[in-house]
Amino acid sequence: MDNDNTSSREAAVHLPDMEKLVVSSSPHMHSGEDITRVMLMVILALVPACLCGIYFFGIGALWVLLLCTASCVGFEAFFCKLAHKPNTVPDLSAALTGILLGMNLSASSPWWICVLGAFIAMGLGKHIYGGLGYNPFNPALVARVALLIAFPGHLTTWVAPRGATAAGAALTAASDGVSTATPLYAVPQALQQGGEVTYEYMSYFLGRIGGCIGETSALALLIGGLFLIALKLIRWQVPVAFIGTVAGLTALIQFVSPETQPTPLFHMLTGGLFLGAFFMATDMVTSPMTRRGAIVFGVGCGVITTAIRAWGVYPEGVSFSILFMNALTPFIDRYSSRKPFGIAKRKDKK
Amino acid sequence: MEAILLLLILGVVLGLVIAIAAMIFAVDIDPRIEQVEEALPGANCGGCGFAGCGDFARAVVAGDCPPEACPSCSSAALSDIARILGVAIGVREEKVAVVRCGGGDHAARHPRYNGVSDCRSANLVAGGPKGCDFGCLGLGTCARACPFGAIEMTDDGLAVVHPDLCVGCSKCVAVCPRNIITMVPKSAPAHVLCNSPAKGAAKRKVCSAACIGCRKCVKTAGEGQMIIEGFLARVNYDNPPDASIAECCPTHCIHATDTGARAETSEIMQGEAVNG
Amino acid sequence: MADQYYFRGGVHPAEGKKLSSGQAIQVPPLLESYVVPLMQHIGAPPKPVVKKGDTVLRGQLLAQPGGFISAAIHSPTSGTIKDIGVCMGPVGLETPAITIASDGDDTPDESLTPLNWHTASRDTLRERIAAAGIVGMGGAGFPANVKLTPPLEKPIDTVILNGVECEPFLTADHRLMLEQCDRIIQGALILGRILDVTDIFIGIEENKPDAIEVMRQKTAGTTITVAGLRVRYPQGAEKQLIYAVTGRKVPTGGLPMDVRCVVNNVATCAAVADAVNDGKALYERVTTITGTPVTTPGNWLLRVGTSVEEALKLVGGVKKDPAKLLLGGPMMGMSIYDLSVPVMKNTSGILLLASDEVEQFTSNACIRCGRCVDVCPMTLMPGSLSVAIENEAFDLAEAGFAMDCIECGACAYACPSHRPLVQHMRRAKAEITAARRAAAAKK
Repeated sequence: MDNDNTSSREAAVHLPDMEKLVVSSSPHMHSGEDITRVMLMVILALVPACLCGIYFFGIGALWVLLLCTASCVGFEAFFCKLAHKPNTVPDLSAALTGILLGMNLSASSPWWICVLGAFIAMGLGKHIYGGLGYNPFNPALVARVALLIAFPGHLTTWVAPRGATAAGAALTAASDGVSTATPLYAVPQALQQGGEVTYEYMSYFLGRIGGCIGETSALALLIGGLFLIALKLIRWQVPVAFIGTVAGLTALIQFVSPETQPTPLFHMLTGGLFLGAFFMATDMVTSPMTRRGAIVFGVGCGVITTAIRAWGVYPEGVSFSILFMNALTPFIDRYSSRKPFGIAKRKDKK
Repeated sequence: MEAILLLLILGVVLGLVIAIAAMIFAVDIDPRIEQVEEALPGANCGGCGFAGCGDFARAVVAGDCPPEACPSCSSAALSDIARILGVAIGVREEKVAVVRCGGGDHAARHPRYNGVSDCRSANLVAGGPKGCDFGCLGLGTCARACPFGAIEMTDDGLAVVHPDLCVGCSKCVAVCPRNIITMVPKSAPAHVLCNSPAKGAAKRKVCSAACIGCRKCVKTAGEGQMIIEGFLARVNYDNPPDASIAECCPTHCIHATDTGARAETSEIMQGEAVNG
Repeated sequence: MADQYYFRGGVHPAEGKKLSSGQAIQVPPLLESYVVPLMQHIGAPPKPVVKKGDTVLRGQLLAQPGGFISAAIHSPTSGTIKDIGVCMGPVGLETPAITIASDGDDTPDESLTPLNWHTASRDTLRERIAAAGIVGMGGAGFPANVKLTPPLEKPIDTVILNGVECEPFLTADHRLMLEQCDRIIQGALILGRILDVTDIFIGIEENKPDAIEVMRQKTAGTTITVAGLRVRYPQGAEKQLIYAVTGRKVPTGGLPMDVRCVVNNVATCAAVADAVNDGKALYERVTTITGTPVTTPGNWLLRVGTSVEEALKLVGGVKKDPAKLLLGGPMMGMSIYDLSVPVMKNTSGILLLASDEVEQFTSNACIRCGRCVDVCPMTLMPGSLSVAIENEAFDLAEAGFAMDCIECGACAYACPSHRPLVQHMRRAKAEITAARRAAAAKK
């Protein structure tokens, strides 16, 4: 329209083509951060722990991880199509959920457990609420807990780790390479029966113990977690508050009854605490938005985990505690929201 | 056996308590309220100014408000209500909304807009996706506000009211940030689909479907049937011209009321943020 | 002195200032015509005092203030009034404007006589600033004389000059401080005298060490202190600047005068000095014309009413088609789509962005990552607010202090979901203001 007289009159000077100009609200620049990059970084941070799982539990662990990831991606595409929404597979959030789900399963899980878990995670955990951003609970944990309740046998049949020491193997009462106990189950049991227990902290730290694929190697999880904290992709407040609370409370409990309760270091290094604290509790969608809220969230997770471990029927409480705190997240957000800049002054005046 | 007997007695006693309580604390509800509410459209559009149809029904039965205050009622429904209440009601002219803009994307200058897909938000930013300051922004805020699904967003970026579906609740009038939707008599045969008070040449520059104030329609129509103010013609709804007036307009900004003659149908644009 | 107080949050976008920071301010040739919009400030529209066909001189009054919060408009050159009509404004809507056909002589109007600011009374100085049509030249365009006339119960003890220029790409204030710091310092002292204040600070971001150096040298021996400030967007936002320099927090919904401060842009100070010392009205300003698509980015002394099209011809047009044309900086500037929009008193920059530099907003859901919460300099929760606003829950937005948003854009800059957070906040502010007005009208 006006374009003609601007460009033709001044042939020497090339002026912007008005038809190509975009109008929008400020700001007109962006940091370049996007969801896909965030998800990719979290997946990268999980790689060491996955490799450890595959090393200790064999090729079966790799299949479980791959099957879970593939099923989650497949179900994501399916549910997007079902809801007439744009396909959100490329944002990698489904792949991340799949990997986390796989890491929360035993290496001996049958194929249908993986597929069913992926269906629960994507369907009941995520898309029923409207997809990424709307789910109140961590999808991978929803699936894990649903499976744990429905199929306790399959979810607590562990593969004996490669290179486990004789004492460790004896503890887990191994028969034909498949055991039914993790240290978190076996050690308190032994203590309650008045037995002597030798803690193998190095095995726990490296991951040479029975358990889920992704939860055993505290070292690998720590590396990934520190990577995410360094990139500021997760708030350090959550894992620090979570692990710190578990350590503090278990120390207190052990101080009260030293004969029947294991040490705080044992509690920190075994079970799913590191996986939960660094990767599950820090899930952006389901955790509080403020720093203060993150601390409350972490402490709450720690308290519930410790309570379940010390007095609950289940040997492990990380999943339950995170899901419970997920439910409290809107509440925490509401009461930890910050006072805007300059608000204190107005109150003084009143 | 004892347990069953115990529960049976317990049930009877509690049932009696409830029955007695219901009699003591009974609240008289005028049965006509329910009847009136049933006759109302039930869309809770709020066009009457009350909080939904139930609230309106209470007010009507109480005599606080005449039944014809409901803008959405059909004449049949109104006469039903009149029969229930045993009152006479005045004749009410049925009104429909009309979007006074015909400048779709093919006709009007439309900058590339990137942002919230809502007319009221878009209007705050660079005037949104329409070069004309008085044009339909085409992001469907009115269509989403319409409780009767009577507004359709065309592929051409225009909101179009279907007069046969529109009940005249005026909800769309309130939400349009450019105030281009007005209520007109349902019987009106034609409308001027332009709302810009700008000068003819200025309008021409941004839109080829604008009223340029050429007065052709005034000459064609009968005495006083078309009114022209500045560069903008409008139909005199008290004395409207017949539908053939649409043919005389050189910019085709006068449209005859005909649901079928307008642009192709499309789904209501929802959640589409990028309109490039 | 560095800033002792760090505001929380903020972002650090790529600066892009190198494109034009080395370019001295240039003076363009006279144009054939200028289109001067009447609304170049916040407040009431001014009333034209000329009519079509009148002859005017450079600096002659075209329109007088239409209220207490309003500003006078002056002719950018001598010539005749061609039209009193409308032009395309910066917000994409037409706005009233006066068109002047230049006679080529550029004869100045001498009705405003130079004043001696040492001896002139405070009211005389204030009247002069109002008569020269001076408004805040940093962004919003708030009439300067209003800021300088605080109510009696709000004493002022500090004047802060804003030389922060935290917007990426813009270098107009930077060049002004380097080349014309005497004018700025004069203006600062005049403001100090009007408000009877001795504490005068000039806040400059530390990415302009040369400007800090020049200012320190020139202010030696005066009451002016130069404060080098941390490079952090939005350091130049009024409330954040006051906090950085004095540690005082402007209360929510308040003005700088509530914490005894007056903030003025350095360009405004230079205009004040000109108005008082030379009797020159505000009809031209330094504007940065820059961006990667621009052939030769630079800083130009543009007269008010110069169209963006003419301005772009000065810099040799563009090398490639830009995706966005902005008035102002990339964080808070307004995108326009018409080259006929004129330069105004508060146009600090004309910026072109290539398609790969442009933010594309999407309708993705908030993933609650909290990035916006971390960067918000007003410590709001933009993510949660935007969700409430999407659902039209404006009462929730109001309870979440949406009205305190300064629209700096840090949240949308950081959002990995690319949500148009600032646009949501604007909508909320408009709706809340309308609701408050309606409530006030009821009473």
